[in-house]
Amino acid sequence: MQRLTAPDSAAVGDNPTADAHYAHPRARKGFFTDTSICIGCKACEVACKEWNRNPVDSNYELSNSSFDNSEGLGADTWRHVAFIEQDRSRIEAARESGRALVSLGMPQIRNADVPTTAGEAITTAITGAAPGPLSAAAVPPASGLPPAPELGDLDVLSSLGGGPTRPEDARAVDTTPPDTPEFRWLMSSDVCKHCTNAGCLDVCPTGALFRTEHGTVVVQDDVCNGCGTCVAGCPFGVIERRKDGIAQPKTERSAAPVTPTRPGTPEPARNVGVAQKCTLCYDRLVDDQTPACAQACPTTSIKFGEREDLVDAARERVARLHAEGRTEARLYGANPQDGVGGTGSVFLLLDEPEVYGLPPDPRVPTADLPRMYARAGIAMASMAAASALAFMLGGRK
Amino acid sequence: MTTSEYDRYRPPEEPRRRRRRDHAAAADSPSEASAYAVGTAVAPSAGSAMGPDALATAPSGSAPAAGRRVGARRGGLAPAGGDGAREMAMVPEPQFAPADGYYGRPVVKAPPWDERVALYLVCGGIAGGSALLAFGGQLTGRDALRCNARLTALGAAGVGALALVADLGRPERFLNMLRTIKPTSPMSLGSWILAGFSTGAGVAAAADVDRLLGQALPLGPLRRVLYGLEAPSGALAALLGAPLAGYTAVLLSDTAMPTWNAAKDDLPFVFVSSASLASGGMAMITTPTAQAGPARALALAGVAGDLVATKAMERRMDPVAAEPLHQGRPGWLMRWSERLAIAGGIGTVVSGLTRNRWVAAASGAALVTASAFTRFGVFYAGKDSALDPRYTIEPQKRRLAARRRAGIMHDSITTAG
Repeated sequence: MQRLTAPDSAAVGDNPTADAHYAHPRARKGFFTDTSICIGCKACEVACKEWNRNPVDSNYELSNSSFDNSEGLGADTWRHVAFIEQDRSRIEAARESGRALVSLGMPQIRNADVPTTAGEAITTAITGAAPGPLSAAAVPPASGLPPAPELGDLDVLSSLGGGPTRPEDARAVDTTPPDTPEFRWLMSSDVCKHCTNAGCLDVCPTGALFRTEHGTVVVQDDVCNGCGTCVAGCPFGVIERRKDGIAQPKTERSAAPVTPTRPGTPEPARNVGVAQKCTLCYDRLVDDQTPACAQACPTTSIKFGEREDLVDAARERVARLHAEGRTEARLYGANPQDGVGGTGSVFLLLDEPEVYGLPPDPRVPTADLPRMYARAGIAMASMAAASALAFMLGGRK
Repeated sequence: MTTSEYDRYRPPEEPRRRRRRDHAAAADSPSEASAYAVGTAVAPSAGSAMGPDALATAPSGSAPAAGRRVGARRGGLAPAGGDGAREMAMVPEPQFAPADGYYGRPVVKAPPWDERVALYLVCGGIAGGSALLAFGGQLTGRDALRCNARLTALGAAGVGALALVADLGRPERFLNMLRTIKPTSPMSLGSWILAGFSTGAGVAAAADVDRLLGQALPLGPLRRVLYGLEAPSGALAALLGAPLAGYTAVLLSDTAMPTWNAAKDDLPFVFVSSASLASGGMAMITTPTAQAGPARALALAGVAGDLVATKAMERRMDPVAAEPLHQGRPGWLMRWSERLAIAGGIGTVVSGLTRNRWVAAASGAALVTASAFTRFGVFYAGKDSALDPRYTIEPQKRRLAARRRAGIMHDSITTAG
């Protein structure tokens, strides 16, 4: 999944590293979070907190709304798993809205080779499968588990049902959706989007936020002065200023370069008062390691790699789900022409983005900055003119 | 509900209390059983025990009834069985509707700015306008106006800058603001504007302070330098005065806060108008009516501009994104700001005709308060608009749908593949 050696000259396509003028830019890295195979185990949340030594973000309070008690992304939570329960009507609505997206002529891949290969994999998997009951929540009835699927490539849930696999065929032939289940649970691991045009990065006045050679966006803890502008600048509500908080003692980590404390006392939180967010494990990336969340994900719902490859994989996956009649599947962030120029973290969603707490049409505020400056310039000139006029008309002294 | 054979060894339980009755429109009887079933669906066995009916009725039955934000936010443990003695319904009811986003939680995050930043918005306006008045006084020989306006400019800029620094997460790193000049960051440009303005206003005011004290400042040979720099410094402050008063509008609009962002076309006009009337009002308080003619004129221009620009802003904004400007605390502030501006404007005319110092001071105070209310109102409205996901989601869905209707398909973040 992850290419360990990135080509040095890979400033391609919408790679924002080109703007950062790196002498040796690397391929743009990103996440592809496939929520259709997320099981909500929160291993990503835990791995992220552990690796980055983020403080606990509450006094173990319960949200009283779902099994999601971390509630959202923030200064101390850089991966967040959303839980949503939906009834049949909501599933049908999601399926319908997804179908509407297809019929609107949203961009789709035309490369027929890839889905076919995927389809063959499915076929072999199905023929080799022994029928048996399946107890996953969101799966339509019928069929069974393949015997020994190749885990990286094949997805157990989607291999059920068969049917045409090319998107074109899917539209032409049989789009009868599989039996709609009575309810489903949506689980989705949210993370910083590492936007191509990052609002936080644009508005940061100190230069603490910067574009790494991997195309990600990272805060320099020792530069940020905690002005909070980036918090307002993010259209996704990701970055946040860290308040106080206590990182739980990790005795195994006593060798880590943190101010030593007396044994038994909680480790003080780092970077208090400073903006904090996902770094896409920059410290691991420079060592050619996979980010902690992706490595911990047991279902490969979180995939890490070069963004281009991930987007290809994501498109394949959507095509396959559509071919099965699961038209609720859609991509979020894969379009380089959207309001933030595409995101480094791409998501496969099974409902409208706002259901997951994602903005339906985010737009980086700085996109309108030239116009804002122009309007403000006119306003300022008017004010200066008004005061000049005031002295002309303000009567003699 | 007996779940295991060890249950009988449990200590006797207190009768269940129902403290949280208020939130739980959810717990009203018919759906209670199903809500409980959904809530305890943690264990696989519970999941399989649930009938399809229970699952189907719970969300659909409650969704229309449960208004927005019914769901309890972080509020500790559920009341009954909190001692762990029994299985608890941690999830009273899935209160969820699409317009709510994700459990009614914010989509965007409000900046961690408190009243100190709003105070800075007010002070920046007063300082910027005062520097313009001081420069006018300097050019036209209105000494009292010049001196008072310079002191006001420096004082307001100083208070504002201190408030700004105090609001930083790491105040000791405030100088990092001047590490770079970054045109994409209004905060960066604003820091440079404020730094330049303060320098100009400081030198100009220092000269006036020295004069006021009868040259008592221990300046020695530097006095000559100071007086030589006085005029250019006053000009520098005046040059940066309007930008100081207006850049904060861009600072607020260049964010993802729905109300601030939606106001981007007109907020600069509101802010410079508000700055004009506030600095005019301030000069009417500090300066004898004989010299305050230009201040009155600027204040009147500001009142007119403020009334027109605020109305235009509210009319041209997305109606949903404009709602926070009319509700609650910001709504109250905006309404009173308008009334005070009108009252102050009338008072300004009266004081110009009667040359009554008291009327002038009272109208000046009304105008300064009006400006403060405008800026606090806009500030709070933007912060409020971040708290309710509706303000983020609805305008975005509407503009997305409008683009699709117009045949623009290529720029959606959600794609079919």
